[in-house]
This record gives sequence, C-alpha cells and structure tokens, in this order.
Amino acid sequence: MPSSRPTKETAGLILPGPLFRRALGSDYFVLGLCMIYTLAVGPFTPGFFTPENAANLLSTALPLLLVALGQMIVLITGGIDLSVTSIIGLCSVTGAMVMNPESGGLGGDMLTVPAGCIAMLLVGMLVGIANGFAVSRCRMPAFIVTLATMMGVGGFAVWLTQSKAINQLPSAFNALGGHTIIALAITVLIALCVHMLLGRSVFGRWLYATGHNPRTAHISGVPVGGVLIAAYACSGVLAAVASVFYTGQAETGSPVLGQRILLDVIGAVVIGGTSLSGGRGKVLWTIFGVLFLKLIDNTLNLLSLSIFTLTIVKGAVILLAAVLDALRIRVAGHPA
Amino acid sequence: MNAMPAIEFSGISKSFAGVRVLRGISFKLGAGRTLGLVGENGAGKSTLMNILGGNLLPDTGLMVLGGTPYTPQGPTDAARAGVAFIHQELNLFANLSIAENLFLSALPRLGSLPWIDRKALHDRTATLLGQVGLAIAPDTLVEQLSAGERQLVEIVRALALEARLIILDEPTTSLSVRETETLFSLLRRLQARGIALIYISHLLEHVRELCHDLVILRDGEVVAQGSIETYDTPAIISAMVGRSLTRLYPERRGTSTTAPLLEVRSLTQVHIVRDISFTVHRGEVLGIFGLMGAGRSELARILFGLDTAQHGEVRMGDRVINRGEGPRERMVRGLAFLTEDRRHEGLCLEASIADNLALVSLRQHARTPLRLLDRNTWQRAISTVRAAVRLTEKVSDAQSVQTLSGGNQQKVILGKWLLAKPEVLILDEPTRGVDVGARFELYQLILDLADRGAGVLMISSEIEELTGLCDRILVMSQGEIRGNFPRAEFSREHLLAAALPREAHA
Repeated sequence: MPSSRPTKETAGLILPGPLFRRALGSDYFVLGLCMIYTLAVGPFTPGFFTPENAANLLSTALPLLLVALGQMIVLITGGIDLSVTSIIGLCSVTGAMVMNPESGGLGGDMLTVPAGCIAMLLVGMLVGIANGFAVSRCRMPAFIVTLATMMGVGGFAVWLTQSKAINQLPSAFNALGGHTIIALAITVLIALCVHMLLGRSVFGRWLYATGHNPRTAHISGVPVGGVLIAAYACSGVLAAVASVFYTGQAETGSPVLGQRILLDVIGAVVIGGTSLSGGRGKVLWTIFGVLFLKLIDNTLNLLSLSIFTLTIVKGAVILLAAVLDALRIRVAGHPA
Repeated sequence: MNAMPAIEFSGISKSFAGVRVLRGISFKLGAGRTLGLVGENGAGKSTLMNILGGNLLPDTGLMVLGGTPYTPQGPTDAARAGVAFIHQELNLFANLSIAENLFLSALPRLGSLPWIDRKALHDRTATLLGQVGLAIAPDTLVEQLSAGERQLVEIVRALALEARLIILDEPTTSLSVRETETLFSLLRRLQARGIALIYISHLLEHVRELCHDLVILRDGEVVAQGSIETYDTPAIISAMVGRSLTRLYPERRGTSTTAPLLEVRSLTQVHIVRDISFTVHRGEVLGIFGLMGAGRSELARILFGLDTAQHGEVRMGDRVINRGEGPRERMVRGLAFLTEDRRHEGLCLEASIADNLALVSLRQHARTPLRLLDRNTWQRAISTVRAAVRLTEKVSDAQSVQTLSGGNQQKVILGKWLLAKPEVLILDEPTRGVDVGARFELYQLILDLADRGAGVLMISSEIEELTGLCDRILVMSQGEIRGNFPRAEFSREHLLAAALPREAHA
C-alpha cells in the first residue's frame, strides 16, 4: 500500500514541461488564451467580427474593468470585496436622486452633473472606508464584513427608491458612460494611475507587503491599518466610477444595476492571475482577465445560448483559472 | 555491545535537478548508540535524513536497518520499520489532544464499531506518558503545551510506534534550559533501552553532551567520522566549514562610549516585566541573557511598540518616546528590531529579496511630489546593502526569500534594517538555526554597526555568543533585571546563577 509516495518526487511529476512553465509565468499568458479563443470560436460565431459587436464588447468591458481593478487592489492585500455590486447600486441611486430635476432640486444647473458624480464617488468611498475600517480596526474577516455590507447597502439602496427606477438624467451625464470614446479615455487614465500606484509608489509596495505578511509589514513600519482602509476605499471609488458608466448607459438610476456582475468581477481578476491568498496581482493581468471573460460572455451570447449555459461555462472557466493559479504558484516555488 | 549495527548507510548519493547534494555517504550506527550529525546548512543533513525517513528516494546506495535491507517508499514504510523522524517544526495537531495525536493512525475502537474507545485511548496514553515521566493528562490539547512538552510528546509518539531508531532535528532550539535537561534525561533512558538516536544540531555542546559518535558532513560528503572523544570543538568546526576558523567571534575595533542612546526607566507591565531600567550607549553592544520565559522578548516588543507597558519611560537621545507610538514612529526615531520569528515576523517569504530588503526604507526613494519610487536609487541601495551583508552572489534580487537558507534569510532582515540606518538595533536570538560560518558573518555585521556608533541590544540564550560579542550583559529572570556584568566580570557560572529563577520568598 504505497499510500504516501515521496513528496518531492510526486510534486515533480505534476510539474508541467519547461515551455508550458515559461508560458504560465508570463504576463501575457491570458492574452494568449484570449487570442486562441478568438481564433477558435470567432469564425463560428455569427456577428462576432463586426464593428457593432466590438463597440458593444468594449462598452460593457470598461465598467467591468474598473470594478475589477478595485477588486484586485483588495485581493492583493489578502482580502475580498463582495460589496462592490451593492456600491454600484447605491451610487447609481444617489447620483440619480441628486441629478433628477424633481428629487434633486438642482434643476438643470451647470453644476448638476459634477455634483451628481461627486456624490457618487463620495458614497463609494465612504462605504469602502467603512469596509476597510471594519476589516483593519475591528479585525473582522473581509468575507463577512463585505457580505454584510453587500446585503445592508443593497437593501438600503432599494429602500431609498422604493424599487422605482429614476429617469430623466442630464444627457451630459449619460454621455460619460454611454459614449464609448469618453468612457474609454477615462478608463485608460484610471488604469494607468492604478498601474503607477501599484508598481511605482510607496503605497503599492506597502500593499503587496501587507498581502504577503501583515505581521512582518507592521514590524517593518508599514501602516497596515491605513493601507487596508485605503485599499477598500479604492475599491469603493472604482465601483462608483463604474456606477457612473452603468447608470449613464442605462440612462436610469437603479438599485439593482450591476447586481449580477459580482462573479464576473472576481472571476476576471482571478483568471488574470491575481492570487486569492494575497501579495500577487498586476493591472495588465486584470485587463486580460476582463477581456477573456467578456469574450466568452459575448460569443456565447451571440451563439444565443441560454443564460444558464452561459453561467455554467463561466463557472467552469473560473474553476480552470483557479487550477492555473495553483499551477503558477507551484511553478514559482520551483525555479527551473 | 550489540554486534549488529542499527543502521548502515553505504554509498548513498542523491541529486536534485543535476546538482549532487549527497555523494557516496557511508557510515554505520550501533544499536543503543547516539550519533551526532553536524554540518553547515546545505551540507546535506536534511536530505540524508529525509532519505532515511522515507520522504526521498536515494539515486544510488543501500541502507541496512538492523541487518535487513531497508528501502522505504514513504514515511509509512519508515514508521513500520521502526524509524521515527522528529522534525524541527513539530508535526502535532495543536487542536487535538495528546492522546488523539499519539494514536491518530490507529485509534482504539469499541469492538468493530466505528466509535473510538475513549477509555482505552486514555489509559494507553497515560501509560506511555508515565514511561517518559511526563505528568500531563492525556486529554490535554496540544496547543496548551509548552514547546518542550510538545517535543516530549513527539518522542512519546515515536515510542508508541515502537521506534528502534529516532532522528531528532534541532530538538532544543525552542526549549528552555530546564526543558532541555528533561529532554536529555529522557533521551538517555532511550539510549539505555537500546534505541539508536541520530541527533542533528548546530549546538556542539549539546552534541558533545549526548552523543557517542560523530559524523561531519560538508558539501554532501562525509568529511570526518568516529568517536566523539577524538574531536575537540575547534576540530569539528574546521571540518564543518572546510577551513580553520581561528576564532568564533570577530575582532572588535571600536569601543563603547558613555553617551546614552536608549534609556529605559522603571518599565513595568504586570506579570510580564517589572521595574526595568538600563541604558544603551553609543557604540555599545549590550547583551540580555536569560532563560526562556524570563521576559526578554516581551521587553524587546515593548521597546519597539508592539506591546504596551503600564509604567515607565523610554527615551531615545533626549526625547521621551510616547507610550502610544507604534513601530512606525519608533522606526523614525531610529529604532530597529529583528524579531526571533524570522519566517512570520521578519520576512515576506514569497516576496523577492529586493522587496524584502527595501521594505523599511521605501520612503527614502520617494522624494518626488507624487511620491513615486525612484528605481535607480532604489536599485543602488539594494546592491550596496547586498554587498554589505555579504549575501551569497548566487541568488538574484528577484528570487523569493523562501529559497534562501536560514543564515541568508537573517542577512536579508539585517540588511533591511541597515538600510534604515538605525541608531539602536534590537536583536532577538539573531543566530538561532544559523550555521557556524554564517554566524561569524552576522557577528561581524553587528560589531560593524556598533563600531559606526550605533547601539546594539542583543538578546540571546547562548552564553558563549553573548560573552564573545558584548561589552556588557544584563541578566533577566522572572521579568526583572537580576544582574549587570561588564566585560571584565563575564563568567558562565555567574551569568547562569543570575538567570535561574528564585523561589518565591514573599
């Protein structure tokens, strides 16, 4: 009964070959997967290679990317933010109430749109700070904290509107998310900022150190509590920006906006390669992760598969990403 | 004397990815005898013992256990053959009781029912614990035991499996002096019962105290073997490092001054430390000796702001450090702290060497208005400090620190703090688990720092190390300072006498 084989030998057997190892370790691994998928599935998908579809793909990918970037920042610290979808809903409702001519009272003033946007960002940031405060100062697990926030904030947003959508938003506001070029410009700018923040700033280094080992970070003078609060605040603000886009695209403030994207967000980040156990993650990875998830979403939609099939396939892809994540960590632990 | 050797290795070789870590290892060990296995980190001790314990397969070579060929395919085979391996990091389940840990693979059952026979489990465990003189209830959870008691439970587990050969890897690193004595008296009883022991340790005095035979490994080869009496300590060390180390401690160039750097006045925290007062001077290496549980580490944690004290005052230079100041503020004041737990408190194990080195001094490289890091000055600082701490050249900056040996990991932590240019460096057991060669280099770095005018507060459980390095030694016991010895008065006996706890008078 050879129940426990020699461990190192066994680990060696499951390790992939050198070429596959290099590919796994590359930043562009998921981009490669995207290209292979496009070439394999694209030609058989009616209406895939059309400009309209490309624009559609882009306009739905942009807000998702913003939320995913925020989620990535939280994941790097070793946490998770389940409340992002509720933040999107609450921000949408708040912004719409401020800008609606009847409820807002600003009535077509020049400042309506900036006031609405600032209100949305502020709400996102405050909810994020509350999350971060509970996680860092009260030492509660991020999963429970943000789950509670998701339910509480989500319920609050519905209560605020009494389940009614709020229309009649200023057209300048709707253009922010509805006009793909503007949305693209804003997203690129934000992605660049996050990239600089992670790779080139002191805060970025602190973020990774906190994710790797909060005790070592604390003893090395990293303000761990502040870093955590800032990370959740970033996630909240980025969700708020995504809410600006979604609200603009729908031309409606609604508490259930973006309610179904939570798994897409976490899935995209993890597919990209950010580790659920903290300490690893890059903006580029998340961009590719979002792209991959959106490609699957888009092609399966065009093939007019049911929402159930879509969900099953997405689930399988996320599982595959988790397997790849485990493989990558093992490759990283065994330098060739 | 038993004629049949308990274990015989002949021509054991092993390579990993083309690198030979063991070359033709041959030696034997008689039943009831104890073999000290020594060598620097990376000499191949762990690999050899993992082969013996069934965790690894040898490429070539034979092992004969008690007269029969022994080819374990896994740890289960090894256990069945009577070989027990007690690892440095213990393999007990902290959330289970002693009894459950001992019989985990063969829990006694009520007849053929799937229920555990609690009474039989309890009784059998009590018998075994009685055999080693451990007076603890079998139902005690392992998490409630001290490090020393856990070590004994590991040995009891080996006995429960009727082991004939027990491998002990650095068993005393986390034990107090008294616990070590208990362990050694138990090991002597095992010797008397004819059980063969292989004892791995960097502490040569322990090896000398316990072992009959000695095998010295270097670069995967046996460089010396024989009866322990034939080797004196300098001979063992020079065989281990492959050159003769004329001295164990580097020469001190500078001297201590009388200018105070860190002043501690009547620091008190109930049940932890009481009325602690001392001063670290510029250029001074001040040692703190004490037994496990004397309050030394706790004192260091209070000084660095990781724990709080109820009373007392800490001053750096001419400024009082506020009680509420955390590590971050104290770092800015010029304090640095190398904790005793390098894996969990000193390093980010999965992160790169460069990231670990830069962690405390990041802000020096972010002077632009946007606080972005300047990669050039950052890289230069890392290269400089790598050279300063003499980190092995074989590794790249991007490699994760978990791939380094203990000594090199410790150099990374020391390098990290050197980059912060500390005024006072607090070191808690800096050489634990570090081999002789790397120790010398760490000592050199510590003395260099003092020579440049910093103050060093060094906590250690090894008297030799403290007397070899320090200008002055404080002795702590039961949370109080019980002695203050200047260099001229260093004596092993006096230090140890001051460290022993007093019986409660009042």
